[in-house]
Amino acid sequence: MSRERRRDEGGRPRLGPPRGGPAGLGLLEKPKDFKGTFRRLTGYLRPHLGKTVFVFVLAILSTAFGILSPRILGMATTELYESIQAGRAIDFAHIGKVLLALGILYVLSAVFSFGQQFVMAGVAQKTVYDMRREIKHKLSRLPLKYYDARTHGEILSRVTNDVDTISRSLQQSLTQLITSVVTLAGIVIMMLTISPLLTLVIVLVLPVAFVLTRTVTKRSRKYFAGQQKNLGDLNGHVEEMLTGHKIIKVFGRENESVRKFEEVNNKLYSTAWKAQFISGLIMPMMNFLNNIGFVAVCAFGGVMVTQGAMALGDLQAMIHYSRHFTQPITQTASIANILQATMAAAERVFEVLDEEEEVPDNPDAPEIHAIRGDVSFEGVQFGYKDGDQLYQNLDIDVCHGQTVAIVGPTGAGKTTLVNLLLRFYDVGAGRITVDGVDIRELTREDLRQIFGMVLQDTWLFNGTIGDNIAYGRLDASEEEVVQAAVAARADHFIRTLPEGYNTLLNEEASNISQGEKQLLTIARAILADPAILILDEATSSVDTRTEILIQKAMAELMQGRTSFVIAHRLSTIRNADLILVMNEGQIVEQGKHAELLVQNGFYAELYNSQFAG
Amino acid sequence: MIKLIRYLKPFLPSVVLVLVLVLLQSLSQLFLPTLMADIVDKGIAADNYAVIFRIGGIMLAVALVSAACAFAASFFSARVGMGYGRVLRNKVFSHVQGFSLREYNQFGAASLITRITNDITQVQMVVLMSMRMLIIAPLMMIGGIVMAVSKAPQLSRLILILMPVLLIAVSVMAYAVMPLFKAMQAKLDKLNLVLRENLTGIRVIRAFNRDEHEQKRFDAANLDLTNTSILVNRLMAIAMPGMTLLLNLASIAIIWFGGQRVAGGSLQVGDLMAFLQYMMQIMFSLMMVSMMFVMLPRAMASVNRINAVLEIQPEIADPELGMAVNLATGSAIEKRGYLEFRNVTFSYPGAEVPVLQDISFLASPGEVTAVIGGTGSGKSTLINLIPRFYDVDSGSILVDGVDVRDMTQESLRNKIGYVPQQALLFTGTIASNIRFGKEDATFAEVHKAAETAQALDFISAMPEGFDAPVAQGGVNLSGGQKQRLAIARALVRHPEIYIFDDSFSALDFRTDARLRRALKDETANATMLIVAQRVTTVMDADRIIVLEKGTVAGIGTHKELMETCTVYREIVLSQVSEEEIA
Repeated sequence: MSRERRRDEGGRPRLGPPRGGPAGLGLLEKPKDFKGTFRRLTGYLRPHLGKTVFVFVLAILSTAFGILSPRILGMATTELYESIQAGRAIDFAHIGKVLLALGILYVLSAVFSFGQQFVMAGVAQKTVYDMRREIKHKLSRLPLKYYDARTHGEILSRVTNDVDTISRSLQQSLTQLITSVVTLAGIVIMMLTISPLLTLVIVLVLPVAFVLTRTVTKRSRKYFAGQQKNLGDLNGHVEEMLTGHKIIKVFGRENESVRKFEEVNNKLYSTAWKAQFISGLIMPMMNFLNNIGFVAVCAFGGVMVTQGAMALGDLQAMIHYSRHFTQPITQTASIANILQATMAAAERVFEVLDEEEEVPDNPDAPEIHAIRGDVSFEGVQFGYKDGDQLYQNLDIDVCHGQTVAIVGPTGAGKTTLVNLLLRFYDVGAGRITVDGVDIRELTREDLRQIFGMVLQDTWLFNGTIGDNIAYGRLDASEEEVVQAAVAARADHFIRTLPEGYNTLLNEEASNISQGEKQLLTIARAILADPAILILDEATSSVDTRTEILIQKAMAELMQGRTSFVIAHRLSTIRNADLILVMNEGQIVEQGKHAELLVQNGFYAELYNSQFAG
Repeated sequence: MIKLIRYLKPFLPSVVLVLVLVLLQSLSQLFLPTLMADIVDKGIAADNYAVIFRIGGIMLAVALVSAACAFAASFFSARVGMGYGRVLRNKVFSHVQGFSLREYNQFGAASLITRITNDITQVQMVVLMSMRMLIIAPLMMIGGIVMAVSKAPQLSRLILILMPVLLIAVSVMAYAVMPLFKAMQAKLDKLNLVLRENLTGIRVIRAFNRDEHEQKRFDAANLDLTNTSILVNRLMAIAMPGMTLLLNLASIAIIWFGGQRVAGGSLQVGDLMAFLQYMMQIMFSLMMVSMMFVMLPRAMASVNRINAVLEIQPEIADPELGMAVNLATGSAIEKRGYLEFRNVTFSYPGAEVPVLQDISFLASPGEVTAVIGGTGSGKSTLINLIPRFYDVDSGSILVDGVDVRDMTQESLRNKIGYVPQQALLFTGTIASNIRFGKEDATFAEVHKAAETAQALDFISAMPEGFDAPVAQGGVNLSGGQKQRLAIARALVRHPEIYIFDDSFSALDFRTDARLRRALKDETANATMLIVAQRVTTVMDADRIIVLEKGTVAGIGTHKELMETCTVYREIVLSQVSEEEIA
């Protein structure tokens, strides 16, 4: 059952609410285990340890030089002021020297800062590259069960959004955190060397700033959470209404839909503006505190200068420091939030990496060649969920070359049969054999080489038509591709396309019809030339006339191959060597068409209902 | 941009208020260095404590005013920004709701969704940020220049030199980085595409043993993205340190040249210090403006995408008020449930060949009309024309004797019970989904509809019965269950005309047969239109329309068509063997 459900999700990821707000205040997620995740994440930096340390050293140096410079600039001012006050000529040689030293300091600081970011860019991006690669690799080893339990959007978001968050954090936040701390410490030290008293006045601002930032952040969090939720609701509603546009229209529900939208929209507005307002207060608040420090320094410093307790240039430096004092505090606050979000993102990524993988392939897998195609199910038990057995005790025997038709109502467990044959899922008990070999003995690759299938959902990728057919066998020549297309009766429609086999299928392959897509997947299966065929309602949306042609091609293809056909069409089923009638996970009847009709059981009812109209 | 700005109109007073507040805030902010210069020149130099503290007090007051203005500005700008977003969202959403399928398909659902959600959020944030930053930056810059010049007119030439240097640096940077940002986005999209394909096609990939191949595809896209990201980030690594360096070198120049003026006695030290601060402010504003210029192109893309939606006017409009034929009371309308196509020809926009050509038929109450034909023969198009999802090119469609273009869409669609090919349900309960067809349906009606649609079995098997929740799109139900609910939804309407667009495909034979038996009684007085692939579904119809490449290849009963219509014969033979036809 869950098979059918998943498919409806389609390929489009759900639109999540946009991430973050200004200054990282919108990020609400909290990691479950900050420390552990942090340690594991930093583990990714280990191969770049040397570079990372280098980056940190550069960051510290650049910041230190940056902090030193106002002090030196102040020397020049002092010289100017004192010369004027004393009425003597200004010593421009001295000022020149000071300014030269300052210039060198500035250049060095800039170079270090550049170097730090330059090196970090490589480190961060390469780390993220490795991470993405690792996830993708992991994804290919996860069992289908994992995919069936999750939406595509959810998985996609971990590889893109979450990794992106980590990338940005590595690129900026990590070094920013270091520079913030260094800046704060450096400024305090510099200020202390100038005037401990004035420093005290400024530092008094610190706890106030801290408390204010925290309170505002806390309050705004509540509203951001509300905003995020409402945004999610809104997006959900939009998505639903637009996907169902046609239905909304034909049932005349546009007004209702707009009314509901406005309702959600109003809710969004009422939380959004509050969130924006409160978070918008941080900047002016910090600015105000800054100004208070500024004024205090000006006034008290002024007095000190007049008393000769301080040089004017030092006052200027002091003013500069006081102006930049609150900046690292606000920055650290927002970085702390970003780091939290990063850890939460990393946790989600690690969750994927820690998922249980498929049972590894048997290392002593026997080599297979010349498969005859005998398939049997022996006492197979299986359920998608524990305790919810779909197959109780399934026995099927298929000889090579036979065509097996599987029929039964929706949800009877037909698709599950395919899932088991290809080992998308493993049986709970019992075994499935091909030519007498348990399929779990074989490597998955070998096993799947044996099968060719045409599934209900016609999956094609964004590439040319030729490439899509060649997907069945990558080393196929162009000629073979065309031959397969001809056999699948797809050649004709392909040639009517302006670019022929080079026609590029767009993202949703919406530039060809559903029936044409089906023809391509059939061609793909034909090219793969498998020993055993699986056709899963494959012909249900090909138009009926084309179907005659396909059926002919299929009959040819099925010749000498074991084939499992899941179809609704009784005309195809009638010619089958074996019909498996399934209901609620059980084979209720099996046999040939005529035999089953004589039995006058479930199959007979199913069959007759076709014509009872 | 301009077009979207007009939706700001209702907020004009607030916007003006924010502007004034921001202006006041900037002015008071600009005033501080001047006051500081006064402290230096009039207080410190003159050894006058009283002046120092008096000016200090004034500075404090000014800072307070500045903070108050900023608070108020934050309040109003938040309300304006978010309010604007709300207005725009409502506008676009209701506009899109008016789209006919033609306009709707022009964009596609996914694209429309992004436009209404992400793009508007983007624009809304820009409006907010503009009010808080974009406006303040030029004000600070101009104010800074004015103040700087007034403090030390002798040094204005420095501004004239420094500004262009900074401007050029910013533009060169933007010029180099912008295309790279775009490329990075494209590469990220590519990576997403590969991954999404991998997720949707996981069964096929595994069945064909293409894991390695896919890993390679992914790696290629991953590497490509990584290389571009490194390049972008490295270029950006020049930006900030470069800017800071420029600013710092400028301050050296100011001290040097300013110092000479001071020596010449034409400049006071306090003024020089103030000038230095103003210079920093100017540069800082300039950097802010340049940051906005990085933000704006992204927002502009969003604006254009929203505009594209708003600019499209739905082609299908109701007849003007009073012109609509009043179907409820209209004297001409004695008929109920008549559907007629008169020489209908229709082609999709941009198509050279019409999908439907010269289609004529009449369906009456109590009759079953079936439409059969291959893929691309125009079956679905024919159906889409009846609820007026599209307008015909020529000819006309009449419902109850009235051209569909002469009635309101609402009254037309009230007559129709439509069951789509892909059953689509909405978040809610089973009952709310059935009531979708008729808002005020009683429980008895809902129950009856479910019964007829053969949905009662599985509904009663659910613990919550009719109140069982339905997830978005109905993903918690099987295809067959969804289809039956979609049928119940149409039944509860008791429409005059039923349209079944290949709606039985997800049902097994048994349910299918039972359903059709039940439908027969229920819909005895209605007009039925069935599109089907299976011949067995249509064999009993009163009238079968065989479509072939958009034209009618034959109309008649099964028997008649078997004798006269070769296309039909072929279709039948492909599905049913000889003996069963008889």
